[in-house]
Amino acid sequence: MITGLGGLAAAASGDLDLEAVARRLAAPATQKSALEELQDATDPGVERLLRALKDGALYTFKGRLVLLGDDGGLTDVAGHPVVDAQGQPVQLESGQEAVALDESLFGVVQRILERFEVFSDDKAKRQSAAFKLGTSGDPSALGVLAKALEREADRDVRVVMEDALAKLRLRSADPKDRLAAVKRLGASSSEAAVPLLKALVEQETDPAVKAAAQAALRDIDTFVVRRNIVGYLFNGVSLAAVLLVMSLGLAVTFGLMGIINMAHGEMLMIGSYTAFVVQEAFQARLAAYQDYYFFVALPLAFLAAGLVGLVLELGVIRFLYGRPLETLIVTWGAGMILQQGARLYFGDQTSVNSPTWFRGGLEPLTGLIFPWSRIFIVGLAVAALGALWFLLNRTYAGMKVRAVMQNRAMAACLGVSTRKVDAVTFALGTALAGVAGCALALIGTVDPEVGKTYIVDSFMVVVLGGVGKLVGTVVAAVCIGLSNKLIEPAIGGTAAAIYAKVAVLVIVIWFLQWRPTGLFAQRGRAAAETA
Amino acid sequence: MSAALTPPLAPKRDRQLVLVALFGAVFVVGLPVANALGFVSDYYLNLFAKYLALAILALGMDLIWGYTGILSLGQAIFFGMGAYSIGMHMMLESSGKGVYGEPVPDFMIWNQVYQLPFFWKPYKYAVVAVASAILLPALFATVIGLLTFRRRLRGTYFAILTQAIAFAVWLMVNRNEMKLGGTNGLTDFKSILGFSLSSPVTLRALYVATAALLVGALLISRAIVRSKTGLVLEAIRDNERRLEFLGYNAAGFKIFVFAVSAALAGLAGLLYAPQVGIITPSQVGVLPSLEIVIWVAFGGRGTLWGALLGAISVNWLRSVLTGTYPRLWPIILGGLFMAVIMLFPTGLVGLAARARALVGRRRTGGPAAVAAPVEEHTA
Repeated sequence: MITGLGGLAAAASGDLDLEAVARRLAAPATQKSALEELQDATDPGVERLLRALKDGALYTFKGRLVLLGDDGGLTDVAGHPVVDAQGQPVQLESGQEAVALDESLFGVVQRILERFEVFSDDKAKRQSAAFKLGTSGDPSALGVLAKALEREADRDVRVVMEDALAKLRLRSADPKDRLAAVKRLGASSSEAAVPLLKALVEQETDPAVKAAAQAALRDIDTFVVRRNIVGYLFNGVSLAAVLLVMSLGLAVTFGLMGIINMAHGEMLMIGSYTAFVVQEAFQARLAAYQDYYFFVALPLAFLAAGLVGLVLELGVIRFLYGRPLETLIVTWGAGMILQQGARLYFGDQTSVNSPTWFRGGLEPLTGLIFPWSRIFIVGLAVAALGALWFLLNRTYAGMKVRAVMQNRAMAACLGVSTRKVDAVTFALGTALAGVAGCALALIGTVDPEVGKTYIVDSFMVVVLGGVGKLVGTVVAAVCIGLSNKLIEPAIGGTAAAIYAKVAVLVIVIWFLQWRPTGLFAQRGRAAAETA
Repeated sequence: MSAALTPPLAPKRDRQLVLVALFGAVFVVGLPVANALGFVSDYYLNLFAKYLALAILALGMDLIWGYTGILSLGQAIFFGMGAYSIGMHMMLESSGKGVYGEPVPDFMIWNQVYQLPFFWKPYKYAVVAVASAILLPALFATVIGLLTFRRRLRGTYFAILTQAIAFAVWLMVNRNEMKLGGTNGLTDFKSILGFSLSSPVTLRALYVATAALLVGALLISRAIVRSKTGLVLEAIRDNERRLEFLGYNAAGFKIFVFAVSAALAGLAGLLYAPQVGIITPSQVGVLPSLEIVIWVAFGGRGTLWGALLGAISVNWLRSVLTGTYPRLWPIILGGLFMAVIMLFPTGLVGLAARARALVGRRRTGGPAAVAAPVEEHTA
């Protein structure tokens, strides 16, 4: 009965007699040659067999080879459970030795097993395995790859496999094959093929192939330059959006009201921690809706930071209007307390997981990915900007705010409660910071020191833009963001980001020589006080 | 009592000089003698050396912030310049004696640097190190001052700009490529001018030098604030526009006082590094700059004694509290920032004066404490 089942399975899988292969693998004398024959095997049975051999789970049982599963059950080489005459699962005798794998062949087995990953169920695994095979330069992998390509249904993976095949065919003896491979690599603009193509140009004897390879190299080169430019621009825009999001709140508190709120960074921190807390709460209570926690966190961050801002205004800042330097010191103190409080409560570092639909990104050009989280922040920046503009310029409340900021005495005479407007405006500024912090938690870590890293940038944006004008903040954010990301590649190296930042700071300071009041200066209460 | 309110143009031999002499007698002579006789432990002497060095830093901050009303958040950079200058010299003095026996400091070996970087070379000479510790900050401050004050960048803008500069410097110094020891800073100093730093005699001598230089700095600061220049500085604080209408070039005075305060900060760093034995980027950033502000505010801004008192008392408090409640210290410091500004704008000196006014009937010419300076805003 056992034999019958095994035979059937071997016949079904067709191209290979697994039983015979297994016997040859098990015998020390034939192990090496058997493995060599398996170099381009594609049968999943072989994978199972080799894995068992490697893990020491291949045994001889009543003259046949069987595999010991993780659950202790035995299966034959075709994967069917081994049962005795009564149909009961059989057991190995205790103390039995597994079939030994020669140590020198361990690497070979490992390599063959790696090849089998191109048949894996996991798309990412197939992709990376195919890529690895392509760069390995081992022509014996051609068969496996071609077979995998035949079975592959996913478009992205097919592209990777075709590229990998082309890379391997570069070494083919047939010039026609080489030519086709070169053309394929040139057309797919694969950067990873550049060293291979360069090597080919060096050695190539066939003039047609050589010319094609050179053309392909040029194509790839222009593509890479174009892609880098697009990439830098996107990075710049995305950094500009980050800067804009984090400085919008400051544009209200500092720009409009003239309050130096050094705790602005900590308001961002509150937003970040709100995202963290909501995420934890969802994980504990509403695991099914975990992907949507962010939609709850965003408004909560707005409220939490706004509330803290309100308390700060009512408790501290209102006594210091007109004394900007004192405000600076006091808010810095408040920031320190909030920061250390967060450290004591949450520990040193926590992180927020992006919702699953947030991972990955858009791939406008091969090898260039715009992560969704970045795109989201650009969108959020635009939305927040629009909402703030609308609020300030198109609503009655906004009109009151502008009136108080422009002429406090006159606004008070006309019955506007300036104290209330002050408090609410400040709270709005901090609430915006909270939203920013919540969003930024997606692209960075959440730790008590986040505020410190944001505060200087935020102030530079608002100061460069000129207080009191939203448009100034926007233009400044875009300028700083783009120049940062364009200077960065020019400097290069591991610390490019930091040097670029320093360079931009110097440029901003230099620029303020000519326009001490920023790009877009405004006359008004804030301007008169701070200038 | 206060320097600010005594008529600066008619200096008279008042009790101030007596106080300075008393201060000098206690700290320059008294403490080291007590230490030599065994009444004060080496540890406490060293601790006081640190406080007194930081008091020089506070004096500089008081000159620019307390008297002139300019909030510079870059003082820690100047302090760092002083400390790093002498630190580099001491590193070179002991190089070759390190673990690796190479002619460059050990930390460079860790970063695969085997040739002394060019900007380290002049620091082989003690004279250069000392000169650069004091003059480099002054020069840097002058450059910043020229770039900002002449263009009417003032008030909060200046504070934000110096903060940004401090942040940028902090970012840079943290990098290993700057060849200044990265995050670990400079440490493991062995000797200064050939005298071993592990000997109590050397440390005592350093302490005496620190205390004496503090008295010197106090006298210089006093001379400045009591001079006509000092009057102009206070006028800048109280109403810069009016001063300009009177025909004064406020920018020149501001650059001057900024440079002096930077030089004092550099001097403080110069004295601090050998006695504490380490200088790291964390002492160069924005937070340390703001801490200096709080020392001055706590002691009493606009009075030189306030700066001294504030630096010594807050740092003493810090030594005590970071020992027992290290995790609460930032909260205490933050609370101090808020409480001092909101509740005691005149600081310890103001409180003392108020207490005296309550106790004694006799008032010696006007209110004793300097009121919180009139703000620059003209709503």
